[in-house]
Amino acid sequence: MLQKGELAPAFKLYATPDQQFSLAELKGKNIILAFYPADWSPVCSDQMALYNETLRFFSKYDAHILGISVDSKWCHLAFSQSRNLHFPLLADFEPKGAVSKKYDVYNEAEGESERALFVIDKNGIIAWSYLSPAAINPGADGILDALEQLSSKK
Amino acid sequence: MSSHLKPPVNEKDHSEGTAEATIELVEYGDYQCPHCGAAYPVIKKIQERFAPQIRFVFRNFPLAEIHPFAVDAAIAAEAAAMQRKFWEMHDMIFENQASLGTGGLKKMAAAIGLDMEIFESDLRLEVLQAKVEADFESGVRSGVNGTPSFFINGNKFDGGAKDLYNMLLETSGQTLPKH
Repeated sequence: MLQKGELAPAFKLYATPDQQFSLAELKGKNIILAFYPADWSPVCSDQMALYNETLRFFSKYDAHILGISVDSKWCHLAFSQSRNLHFPLLADFEPKGAVSKKYDVYNEAEGESERALFVIDKNGIIAWSYLSPAAINPGADGILDALEQLSSKK
Repeated sequence: MSSHLKPPVNEKDHSEGTAEATIELVEYGDYQCPHCGAAYPVIKKIQERFAPQIRFVFRNFPLAEIHPFAVDAAIAAEAAAMQRKFWEMHDMIFENQASLGTGGLKKMAAAIGLDMEIFESDLRLEVLQAKVEADFESGVRSGVNGTPSFFINGNKFDGGAKDLYNMLLETSGQTLPKH
């Protein structure tokens, strides 16, 4: 996976059925990329549901979160509505996993993204990255620690 | 990520058991979460089995977007705490999770014998809202990744209530006298 200090690769993916979202749109903001294997995790400990509740802590650090998986835009739409999500889910769908591959967090055997987190600073440089075991929800503490470090640098 | 409880258990927490207990168990829970509901009787069993070595602390971690009554329930339990009946309310809610809702919470409050006038006015206290929010933030910073999440003596336990019970049983075989 890409590491701290590397330039975050640009990309453009569908965020809704008729709207594409490019990383460049968030230039000047801190960005959190949360790659995850698949929509519809069955338990309360769902990672995206957790981030949905921690948006207010991310925004304290002027940080925006984007979820990314290989699910299609229609699947994301249904998942997002069912969980009441207030942040975009991007469809790394066609060509499949292309962005996950750019960040080197694609699991070829499963045909899914790994569970991986990146914090990107306002200049588009990766400030922190973390690869979680696929079965373990990494929580939000690592992200917040990384954002805190970014803001204390200034 | 190896996660530690931040801040440690303190006087603002609701706890059962004594401070001298050797096992300090902290749960981050959501009153509307079915997994927390399922964990509730297991925690009771742990408390019975390992008394008096165990001290149990409950901190609020309401996932408001997927559980619309979770915050109201958390505040209701904190309001009960103002009348020194936190645990009665905590237990009452988990035992009647299916009847959660504004009306349901009032019935539960009445059933445990709260002064309803005081209870209803306490529900609007900002300090209770702040307590629930502070619990939630401490959970996020401690690495809580869902509900219920457990911490044993300050360290995150990766597993559910039943795993916890089995782990304690195994450990007690070595360190605690058998019944």
